[in-house]
Amino acid sequence: MTSLTRQCLRMLAVATMVVAVAATADAQQVVKIGLLATLEGPFAAGGQDGMRGAELAVKERNGMVAGKKIEIIKASSDAKPDVAVNATRKLVEQDKVDIMVGPLSGSEGIAVKNYSKSQPSITFINGSSGAQATTLQDPSPNFFRFNTEGAQWMVGLGEYAFKDKGYKKMALIAEDYAFPYSQVQGFMTEYCKLGGHVTHKAWVPLGGKDYSSVIAKLPADVDALLVVLGGADAVNFLTQYEQAGGNKPMVGGSITVDQTVLNFKGKRRESLLGTPSAGPMADSYDGAEWKKFVADYKANFKDGFPSPSLFAYVYYINMKAALDGLDAVKGDLSGGQAKYREALKNLKLQTPTGVVTLDENRQAIGTTFVTEVAKAADGGFYNKVVKVVPNVNQRLGMSKADFDKVGLGSRDVPNCP
Amino acid sequence: MSASQWRKAMNAGAGRTAWPRTAPSTAPRASVAAPVAAAATDGARWLRWVGARVRARHVLVLAAVLIYPLFATPFFTFQVGAQSLALGLIALSLTFLAGYGGMVSLAQMTVAGIAGYMYAIFATSGTDISLKWPWWLAVLLALIVATVCGTLIGWFSVRTEGIYTIMITLAIGVAFFYLVQQNYSLFNGFQGFQSVKAPTVLGVEVRDPVLFYYLALFWALAGYFGVQYVLRAPFGVALQGIRDNPRRMAALGFDVTAHRVAAYAVAGLIAAVGGILMVWYNGLVSPGSVGTSWLINILVIAVLGGMRHPIGPFIGAVVFVLLQNFAVDLVDRERFNLLIGGVFLIIVLFSPDGILGWWAGGVARLRARSAQGRLGRRVEV
Repeated sequence: MTSLTRQCLRMLAVATMVVAVAATADAQQVVKIGLLATLEGPFAAGGQDGMRGAELAVKERNGMVAGKKIEIIKASSDAKPDVAVNATRKLVEQDKVDIMVGPLSGSEGIAVKNYSKSQPSITFINGSSGAQATTLQDPSPNFFRFNTEGAQWMVGLGEYAFKDKGYKKMALIAEDYAFPYSQVQGFMTEYCKLGGHVTHKAWVPLGGKDYSSVIAKLPADVDALLVVLGGADAVNFLTQYEQAGGNKPMVGGSITVDQTVLNFKGKRRESLLGTPSAGPMADSYDGAEWKKFVADYKANFKDGFPSPSLFAYVYYINMKAALDGLDAVKGDLSGGQAKYREALKNLKLQTPTGVVTLDENRQAIGTTFVTEVAKAADGGFYNKVVKVVPNVNQRLGMSKADFDKVGLGSRDVPNCP
Repeated sequence: MSASQWRKAMNAGAGRTAWPRTAPSTAPRASVAAPVAAAATDGARWLRWVGARVRARHVLVLAAVLIYPLFATPFFTFQVGAQSLALGLIALSLTFLAGYGGMVSLAQMTVAGIAGYMYAIFATSGTDISLKWPWWLAVLLALIVATVCGTLIGWFSVRTEGIYTIMITLAIGVAFFYLVQQNYSLFNGFQGFQSVKAPTVLGVEVRDPVLFYYLALFWALAGYFGVQYVLRAPFGVALQGIRDNPRRMAALGFDVTAHRVAAYAVAGLIAAVGGILMVWYNGLVSPGSVGTSWLINILVIAVLGGMRHPIGPFIGAVVFVLLQNFAVDLVDRERFNLLIGGVFLIIVLFSPDGILGWWAGGVARLRARSAQGRLGRRVEV
């Protein structure tokens, strides 16, 4: 009897608590934000770091915007577009999120953008996906991207290679899919305009191991190689190039000269010094905002990377944009989020690397860093910032008509043999 | 020897518990039993035939799946319901091959993927490669190409047995994955086909959640009853005979290879229909849709549900889709795959016949208990 009474009381207490919690939550009003990144598959580590970046943006505001509590609901994909859309659909239709942040990779981004058209009352903000087509072809009115993409990340590098380095003729080795196409377009648009020539293009499969046939075909009369491979592939290529007796200097893409390349132990290690590359961020950038961001990241995530990855940084700025936009409208998401979207469009987003604004396709106009491999005091290699290019837009400085004439980057576009 | 006798003999011979055929006599018969009393015309005989087979649970399940969209949210109708039916259809083709033909093929998702890719190529998508032909022509061509490919895969692999069949079909599946990932002129490489248009019939897009659910349901039922029919037909009976003792069947004069290749053709058609449904469901097809993980997922769905009955893959698909969607809510977000793997492990460890094995075991235990009760207390249950 007593035990039964006690049990009843306990249940009653729990019920009251649940009601109380629900009531306070209601009174405070909650804004639900869906957060999608890849926690499985090839980019699992990157996706996890992306989530850290997004969490950091929420923590900076102590989880509150304009008196409303921010509730983050996470979901995962494995870098496949169909999985990303399923996860997004669950967040939007089942968990009823108000704002969606994600996904991580290029083809996922295109798929989620297409899905966003069927949900006009929800606002979608990109995670870290960087396909050009997402906002250039058939853009969606409720999909926003506050990060620059693959082609924009290479702006400034073509000029640096041509003028500062004096490379007049180059050969290209890149992986055969959309992201390297964009990167090559970003580089060549500028490089060709200045009068440079890319005389040979080798497109290799993603994750290839054997580069001997590619290396054998490289022309001898070029000044340098443009290598747009992922870090691990780049090391493979470098080792084999060295064994084949190659001695041309290298220019890298945004994900080429990473830690695996910087820790390369081959005989040509010293020749890596001075290798230029470009990207949306640089570890060694000495802006005060950037240093604060890195310090915050380190303080908040003991299990994180030694320094925030590209994914953490890009998720951070997109989540920050979502929250800054909410703050600007005082948390008002009424009227199919019309005011909120207007605020996002006009947002001057303060990021650790400078101000980001949006163009008419809701794509970021932001800063690109040109870096060069340098030797630190302790003998380790790092990427030193040599040039900061502000206000890089998605049409790479061209007018709409000029850009449309060229079209999106592909195997043969652009071309200047 | 009639087909059903054959089947019974085969099931007994294989040491399996026969799928419960005799319902308790007090269970309500289907309403269709009433007109059986009418004159013994063809129609009446047919009705009697149906009445003898339809059980209360069949009517209940059919009614439940029919009215499901009226109660479910669009999310549950589309992402859980329709996706389960489409995936179940692809897994059904594997259940047919493995459960009744004794051939475990990992390439069934590849066949579905071929259908999806062919539809994307012939019909309209966001890529210039697509030929923009009318949807019905695209569907027809996609089904034909995929079925032919499925048959060819069968023709390649029937000469092998057991683990070697798994190896060769896995090799074919992985080869197709790399082909579509690296070929740009036909398959658009890494990106695949985005914004593949589902057909619009009479002004309504087929991807509308409720409409698509009923479309998937129709084809799932067609696949289910089709397989049931084939299994009772002489071909299906011979196939099960070949599964249990190919040498003996060969000695009896059956062409073992021809029967197996024909089974692959049937399975290929079922998988192709599932593949078309999947490409409409996703609105895209990319190398990821035919990657190794999906080849194995189809096997997981089939094994999870149980291979002893054609309903198994659909049950497996529902469990699979629910886990994929909601495991992330139950445990730590970064660890949800642990839960999915754990559930699969538990089901396979404790019931080698999947969820259907649990069902059959439960029914058998209940019956045993009720029989005991009847003996002891003379109480009708």
